[in-house]
Amino acid sequence: MDEKTIIAPYDRLKIIRNKDRPTIRDYLPLIFTDFYELHGDRFHGDDKAILGGIGRLEGIPVTIIAEVKGRDVYENKEVNFAMPHPEGYRKALRLAHQAEKFHRPVICFIDTPGAYCGVGAEKRGQGEAIARSLYEFMTLRTPVISVVLGEGGSGGALALGVCDELAMLENAVYSVISPRGFASILWKDANREEEACNIMKITAEDAVSLGVAEQIIPEPEGGAHNDPETTAENISEFLSKSLKDKMTKSIDELLKSRYNKFRKIGEFSE
Amino acid sequence: MTMEEWFKQVTKRFYTDDDQPKEPDFKCPRCGETTPAKELREGLWVCSHCGYHSRMTARDRIELTCDHDSFTEHDAGMSTLNPIDFPDYEDKIKDLQEKTGLTEAVITGECTIHGEKCVIGVMDSHFMMASMGSVVGEKITRAFEFAEENKLPIVLFTASGGARMQEGLVSLMQMAKTSGAAARFSQSGGLYITVLTDPTTGGVTASFASLGDIIIAEPKVLVGFAGRRVIEGTIKQRLPEDFQSAEFLLENGFVDMIVERKNMRRTIAHLIRLHRSGEVR
Repeated sequence: MDEKTIIAPYDRLKIIRNKDRPTIRDYLPLIFTDFYELHGDRFHGDDKAILGGIGRLEGIPVTIIAEVKGRDVYENKEVNFAMPHPEGYRKALRLAHQAEKFHRPVICFIDTPGAYCGVGAEKRGQGEAIARSLYEFMTLRTPVISVVLGEGGSGGALALGVCDELAMLENAVYSVISPRGFASILWKDANREEEACNIMKITAEDAVSLGVAEQIIPEPEGGAHNDPETTAENISEFLSKSLKDKMTKSIDELLKSRYNKFRKIGEFSE
Repeated sequence: MTMEEWFKQVTKRFYTDDDQPKEPDFKCPRCGETTPAKELREGLWVCSHCGYHSRMTARDRIELTCDHDSFTEHDAGMSTLNPIDFPDYEDKIKDLQEKTGLTEAVITGECTIHGEKCVIGVMDSHFMMASMGSVVGEKITRAFEFAEENKLPIVLFTASGGARMQEGLVSLMQMAKTSGAAARFSQSGGLYITVLTDPTTGGVTASFASLGDIIIAEPKVLVGFAGRRVIEGTIKQRLPEDFQSAEFLLENGFVDMIVERKNMRRTIAHLIRLHRSGEVR
């Protein structure tokens, strides 16, 4: 990884937008065995933008919660371009609590431009759904590990990002808003996306230096689409190492350091 | 004190004879009608035509809410740095601090309300639309921690345009930080009352503002996750007038009650008292 040239933030955006970039549907069979998908939030419906289920990681039963990008236009229509509705986050929470009950670790995969902005989403409390996720994951009494696969967009990403260890794929980005949205809000010009990318600090390295992410998972030269199998192996390697580490710790210890990780983020003078 | 007496006393605090009404008249963003500045202030910044509860400064809100001279501010000098080296951010902050007399977008502290001791936090939309960056996140978190340590209820008046763009990912993380603090406070058994004021949106709606044990909203205020124009752009149609209003949230089950400003103090004090008596063992 050291010999590679550093890829500019805007070019990483192009890599993760590559139509062949693997999604969780590609990685799932390469990383987990015995996977059973579980549907629905038990209140409103089943949001296909968030996939949930149980499976095994190297023999260990885990709960899997993932934002789902489509691989073509039809799939994307089905999964709403990976933009979850409140029922998606509520399904995620249902499965997280189920994992807690059965002492299974939770593994989250983040890959979304952001939570969906629409009439139904507002009516059903998008804000409340995300807030509740942050609240519940912070106190969830089982290990939680998250991986940003591609786009980590705003609160919709963070809802699956309150965890004991966060890793980002090498070209993945994590941001408070999409670079386009950033340019449009601050400069009233959505076309200044590249400029926004350069100042927003959205890369995996930035996330590590800001204390947001702990690990960077290497991608093959040119991006994950060039070799999904190797990328999946790298993700598996990170997950099993992290999982073993978290499972040796007491849950109180984990909760304390989970809280403290976020508690110390912020820069101010007094 | 009767309600009328209290009301007179409060309005008197805001209006004295040598107080020249220099501010322009208020044009209501809801009904479009105009109210003279003096009349608006005397009416507690509520539109006399349609009852829209307009934006107040945090100082005015504290004056209106807390018992006279009971408020002690916490972390008054806390000021943000520039975590992602955003161009000209420090200058912008300095400029706003001079213009508004605030150091940041939230004032926190402790006070009594009708004699009930509590922790209070008030966001001020005049400071960068009360967006949440490092300082808002830290002050809200400390307010929860202080309330927990001192076994006090906490009352937060929320208003915000959302996350502070200029602090990038650091501002996003304040959502997790404040929600985590709210979760711990809740687990300790403390009472958290949220008062949603105009406008509460974005990352603040999607974090601590939605997590109160009791969620109150002022009449006709705007509360939502996504911006109205963003949604209109997505669905390519105009949204109804009352979309994302306090009333819309009440109907959809996301607030407990809508309370007029003139009754807010009394309501909060009553709710705090109701949570103190009748302990079940």
